[in-house]
Amino acid sequence: MQPIIQITKLSKKYKDAETYSLNDFSLSVTEGQIFGLLGPNGAGKTTLISMLCGLIKPTSGSFSIHNLTYADNPNEIKKIIGVVPQEYALYPTLTARENLMYFGSMYGLKGENLKEKIIESLDFLGLLKFADKRIETFSGGMKRRVNLIAGILHNPKILFLDEPTVGVDVQSKSAIIDYLKQLNKNGTTIIYTSHHLSEAEDFCTDIAIIDRGQLYAQDTPENLIRSTANANNLEDVFISLTGKELRDDI
Amino acid sequence: MSVYKEFLLLKRDLGGLLTLFVMPLVLLIAVTIIQDSTFVSASKAKIPILLVDNDNGKVSKTVYDNLQQSTIFTVVTKIDNEPLTESIAKEAVFKGKYQLAIIIPEKLSVDLQAKIDQNVEKITSNLGMTDTLAKTQKTNIVNQKEVKLYFDPAVQMSFKNAVMSSVDKMISQIETKSIYATFQEQLGDGDVSFEQKSFISFKEIVPRVNDEEIIPNSVQHNVPAWTLFAMFFIVLPLSINIVKEKTQGTFVRLRTNPVSNSIVLAGKTVAYLIICMIQFYMMVAVAIFLFPHLGLPSLNVQGHLLMMSVVALFAGFAAIGFGILLGTIAKTQEQSAPFGATSVIILAAIGGVWVPVFAMSKAMQIIAESSPMNWGLNAFYDVLLRNGSLLDILPEISLLFLFFIITTTIALLYDKKKRTV
Repeated sequence: MQPIIQITKLSKKYKDAETYSLNDFSLSVTEGQIFGLLGPNGAGKTTLISMLCGLIKPTSGSFSIHNLTYADNPNEIKKIIGVVPQEYALYPTLTARENLMYFGSMYGLKGENLKEKIIESLDFLGLLKFADKRIETFSGGMKRRVNLIAGILHNPKILFLDEPTVGVDVQSKSAIIDYLKQLNKNGTTIIYTSHHLSEAEDFCTDIAIIDRGQLYAQDTPENLIRSTANANNLEDVFISLTGKELRDDI
Repeated sequence: MSVYKEFLLLKRDLGGLLTLFVMPLVLLIAVTIIQDSTFVSASKAKIPILLVDNDNGKVSKTVYDNLQQSTIFTVVTKIDNEPLTESIAKEAVFKGKYQLAIIIPEKLSVDLQAKIDQNVEKITSNLGMTDTLAKTQKTNIVNQKEVKLYFDPAVQMSFKNAVMSSVDKMISQIETKSIYATFQEQLGDGDVSFEQKSFISFKEIVPRVNDEEIIPNSVQHNVPAWTLFAMFFIVLPLSINIVKEKTQGTFVRLRTNPVSNSIVLAGKTVAYLIICMIQFYMMVAVAIFLFPHLGLPSLNVQGHLLMMSVVALFAGFAAIGFGILLGTIAKTQEQSAPFGATSVIILAAIGGVWVPVFAMSKAMQIIAESSPMNWGLNAFYDVLLRNGSLLDILPEISLLFLFFIITTTIALLYDKKKRTV
C-alpha cells in the first residue's frame, strides 16, 4: 500500500538547544494503520507529532502527508488531519456541545450535519446526557472523551493522538480505544503516542520505537517481540532497545 | 461562530463582565464627580481655610469678606474656640488638617495707607501741588509687607497656583482702590471722583453652532477622556483570553485546523469591538441621563453622537490591536494582566487624560503625540468641543486604525516566527 505519511531525513534542533530533538529521522506510515509512536520521555515523539501537525517547522529534511506538504498545501493537509492533544484542548466554561459546535465549525461543518455528528459521537462515548454541561464540571475521563470527539468531527483521513488515555479510568480508556478502533475500521489512519505499552501492544497494527531523536525499530508488535531476544511483550522490547537509564531532563 | 464563542466565554465569566461593563461606569462616575467638584463645587462643599488676622484693619477685613463671599472657600479664624495664631495655623496645615492658611501681618492696613500716602504726596509734590521739601523731610521708611501662605504639602501644585493667583489679585485690587482713594482725598473737595471699577475686563468668546454658544463644562472634558481610558481596559480581558487559549491547549487545536490565525483574531476583533461600542454607549447614556441626578451637568452631545461613535469605533480598534499583541507575546496571565493594566495607565498619562498635553514639557508633548489615547482624545474633543467634521478627525482615526493594523500584524508575524523555533 502507498504510504500516507512519508518522512525523509527529518531533523529538528530547538533554538538554544545543545542537541537535536529529532535527528535524520525517516519513517513511513501506511494508510489504514494504527501506528504507535513509542519512546521514553524526551525521545522526540511530541516534536515529531508537532511537526506533522504543522505546529513547528523542521530544521532540515522533509515529509509529506497524503502526498501533500505544508509548504505547498497547508490548508489541504489541515483539512485531512485530526489532532487530539495531550492537554484538554477545550474551553472549560463552555458546554461539551458548545465546544464541539465551535471546533466543528472551524472545519466548515455546520447545521444539522454537525449537530447530528456531535450527538452520534457523544452517544457512542456515553456523554450525550452531559452534552449541555460545562466542561469544567467533567471528570478527567469525560474531558478526554470530549477532547477526542473535537478532533474527529470532520472525519479526518489521519488522526494524531498524543497520549489519549493518560490519566483516565479503565472504563473511559476502554470506551476511547473502542471508538478509535471504530474510526480506524471506517478508514482513518491513526498515529498514536503512549506510555501504556500493553495498551499499544493490543491496539496498534504497527509500532515505531524512538529514542534520542532517532528511530530504533519499526514493525508490527508481534514481529518486534519475536525479533528481540528474551522478550515476552512490548515492554521487554522497549527496555531492550532504550535501556533502563532514567530520562530526567530539563 | 468565532464571535459567538467569544460572547459565550464572556457571558460565563462574571468577573470579566463586571470588569468590562460595570467598572468603567463606576470609574467614569467617580472621576467625573471628583474632578467636577474640584472646579465647580457641585457638592456645594467649600474648602475651609485658616485666616490669621494680625492686622485687624481695613485690608484684612476686605480679604476676609472676599474669601467668605467666594464659592470655593470658607474662612476659619478659630480652632476649638481658640483664636488663631500663626504657629497654630502652621501646625494645623502642615499636619494636613487644613489645606491652606493665610497670615495677614501686623499693621498691614496702616502701613499700606502710609506707603500710599507717601507715594501720592511725592507725585503731587512733583506736580507742584505741595511743598516738596517740607513733606520729604517728614517721610518715615515703610517696610515692605508680606502676606504669608502655608499650604498642606499634599496639596497639588495646580491648586496652589490658583490660590496664590487669586490672593495676589485680591491684594492688588485692595492696593489699587487705596491708591485711588488717597488721590481722591489729596485732590480735594469731592468734585474729582475716580471710577474704581476695572477698566479692562475679559470676555470669553466661545464657538457657536446654529447661533447657540457651545459652552464646555467639566463633563464635556471628562467623559471623552475617561470613556477612552475605560475602553482601553479591554486590553486586559482580551489579552487574558488569548493567553488562556495558549495555556489551556485550545491554541493547539486552533493552529491545527484549516482556519488561519488571522481569521481567529478577526473573530475576536469583531466580538470585542461590539463590547467596546456597548461600553461607549453605556458611558454616554450614563453621562446624559444619570449625571444630572448626581448634581453634575449632563453630557451635551448636540447631534455629535454619530461622529463620536466613529471615534469610539476606531479607538476600540486601537485598544483591541494592543490587546491582541499583548496576548500573543505574553506567556502567562501574570505577565499580561499587570503589564496590560500598567501600560494602559501609562498611555493615558502620556496621552493627556489627567494632565492636558499643552501643560506638559516639550519632550513629553512629543511623546504624547505617540499615544493612541491622545489621538482618540483629540478626535473626541474635535467632535464634541470644537464642532469638527469627519475631515477634521480623519488624521486621528487613521492613526488609530494604523495602530490596530501594525499591532495585529506584529502579533501575526510573532506567532508565525514562534512556530519556526
